[in-house]
Amino acid sequence: MTGGWDWAYAVEILPALWRGLQVTLLATLLGSLLAFGLGLVFAVVQRNRVAVLHRVVWAFVQFWRSTPLLVQAYVIYQVLPDVGITLGSLAAGVLALGLHYACYTSEVYRAGIEAVPPGQWEAAAALSLPRSRVWLAVVLPQAVPRVLPALGNYVISMFKEVPLLLAIGLVEVVTVARQLSAESFRPVEPLTLAGILFLLISYPASVVVRRLERRTGAR
Amino acid sequence: MLDSLPLILSFLMAGVPPTVLATVGGIALTVVLSAVAGLALVSRHRAVRAVSRVYVEFFRGTSEVVQLFWIFFVLPALVGYQIIPLGAGILVLGLNHGAYGAEIVRGAVRAVPRAQHEGAVALSLSPWDRMRRVVLPQAVVEMLPPFTNLFIQLLKSTALLSLVVVDEVVRRGQLLVPNLGVGEKLTIYLVELVIYLVLALLITAGMRLLERRAAARVGRVPATGVAT
Amino acid sequence: MPAEPMIVFEGVHKRFGDSVVLSDLDLAVDPGEHVTLIGPSGSGKTTILRLLMCLERVDAGTIRVGGRYLSHMHRRGELVPADEKHSRDVRRRIGMVFQQFNLFPNMSVLGNLIEAPTRVLGLSRAEATERAAELLDMVGLAEKIDEHPARLSGGQQQRVAIARALAMRPDVLLLDEITSALDPELVAGVLRLLRRIGDTTDITILCVTHEIGFARDFSDRVLMLDGGRVIEDGPPDQLLREPRQPRTKEFLAAVLEGR
Repeated sequence: MTGGWDWAYAVEILPALWRGLQVTLLATLLGSLLAFGLGLVFAVVQRNRVAVLHRVVWAFVQFWRSTPLLVQAYVIYQVLPDVGITLGSLAAGVLALGLHYACYTSEVYRAGIEAVPPGQWEAAAALSLPRSRVWLAVVLPQAVPRVLPALGNYVISMFKEVPLLLAIGLVEVVTVARQLSAESFRPVEPLTLAGILFLLISYPASVVVRRLERRTGAR
Repeated sequence: MLDSLPLILSFLMAGVPPTVLATVGGIALTVVLSAVAGLALVSRHRAVRAVSRVYVEFFRGTSEVVQLFWIFFVLPALVGYQIIPLGAGILVLGLNHGAYGAEIVRGAVRAVPRAQHEGAVALSLSPWDRMRRVVLPQAVVEMLPPFTNLFIQLLKSTALLSLVVVDEVVRRGQLLVPNLGVGEKLTIYLVELVIYLVLALLITAGMRLLERRAAARVGRVPATGVAT
Repeated sequence: MPAEPMIVFEGVHKRFGDSVVLSDLDLAVDPGEHVTLIGPSGSGKTTILRLLMCLERVDAGTIRVGGRYLSHMHRRGELVPADEKHSRDVRRRIGMVFQQFNLFPNMSVLGNLIEAPTRVLGLSRAEATERAAELLDMVGLAEKIDEHPARLSGGQQQRVAIARALAMRPDVLLLDEITSALDPELVAGVLRLLRRIGDTTDITILCVTHEIGFARDFSDRVLMLDGGRVIEDGPPDQLLREPRQPRTKEFLAAVLEGR
């Protein structure tokens, strides 16, 4: 029978799970960097005066965040090769994560940018600063620190969504757990340990973010 | 490419009822769990708060995919009984999003101004009446917009049920992909995305209606803004 | 003088963190008496009202209302800190009107007025509604009975809040700077209403205000608080016109200058 908990087996599979978790963390890291950068682009474009561009980006953001990441991952992994862009599981997964979460981070940045007092824009204009300097030297330095906790929360969310990339063949921690349980016919230890690993990382991370929230909120 | 659109449409639409069922069932369970766990989080009793906190952190901290696989593969191995996939799916959707919803409820209750509590205390209302008659009706107005977002998250999460072979939209798409020509893949996925978009818009519209009603009850104009 | 005052504070201490708000405070208010508390901010005036409403707890000392302990209760012959139920029971005789009105936005004006009478006093809806209508008539807002509080002006909201407190038929009414949040032109109407309530009922009223003129012709007695103690206690004509304490003099001068 496969019931019960086998400590020896649990210890035996830990190294393999850890290797899988490293892939999960790598995908999270790369996905976050993409989401941070792309989201900022989306946010700045939406402040832009070119109405068409700003509407297109707005519509895309609303559409993309209302539809499942899983389907988006399929599109990137299975459809892009038809137009000559073939990506591996990791690259496709990171692109899917980054694009999906950029739709969230862009809203976060937007709120942060809107929270910069209008007087700051006016003061920058009064000094005849070039547009790029207004953004880089005045607006973003004030907006970004304020939104760091919100961005942190999305990194944690993303981390927990990486496992669905197993559908496009990414060998992350849950895939490893599934493989292990298929080999041994013991699903209990691998999947339970995978869950515990997620908890061990995301809980402390969320405590850190909450502390950050309180700090930025207190100012 | 457009020749096969009717076929694709009819094949994928057959996956809509399970998707809707999972969404509605998941939302119902989410609402119940959010209310119970959320109110428990603001309880005066430490033990009640602690139990609820463990539930919330556990389900927020472990990945939804892991939870789904755990209930689908591990639970049967432990108890020797397999829940039907759709039932397991609804259970996970509800448990997972209920944990997030509990935080929404807690935040909204705590956001009701202290003065309102004090006004109710000054009228000698009992703690239960203070919560039920004064605080909650005001907190609900604050809760609705974040719950709209949560329900759309839940809708998107139903796609995960394709991984445990629930016959919903994404699963049907996966069955279709290998059987159609190379150029049809994009059509299949676009139809899927549009189906989710329409369902998301329906959720948003329904919640807007509730928001407007709740806001009118507390004599406020509803906040405008994009909530998806 | 009656045997038992309506409100008694004995040796009350209250601190928030490091700052002492009330220190060894003694205070007695007779039934039907109108007492005004004045003093600089942080002198503990509002804390006295909040202690009576059980929104805060004493650190030491006791409070009695109508001869019953509010801060404490008897259990097996000993005096122990009051629990929620006991406080609620004693507090039922006390009404409070707040600076920011604190009307419930999720209820109509009528809802605000009948909520506590039906739920706490156990009146029927019909009885409570009848009483609410009378009170609204008295405060001059009979036609606003089905209105939302948010649609009323500040002065109107405050008059509803006064009616709401009176709907509980309190023996004691606490007024916490109830005109401070109002536009100047609305203050007079609310004060006129209070005078009428003072003249036509025998409710004991404890009032915190910066309206010196109102304090003069409304109160039987004025207490000047400073540093958590009563530093001067006297009839309004004496205390407000010829204060004995230099601190009172300074305070009154500052208040009058600020106007």
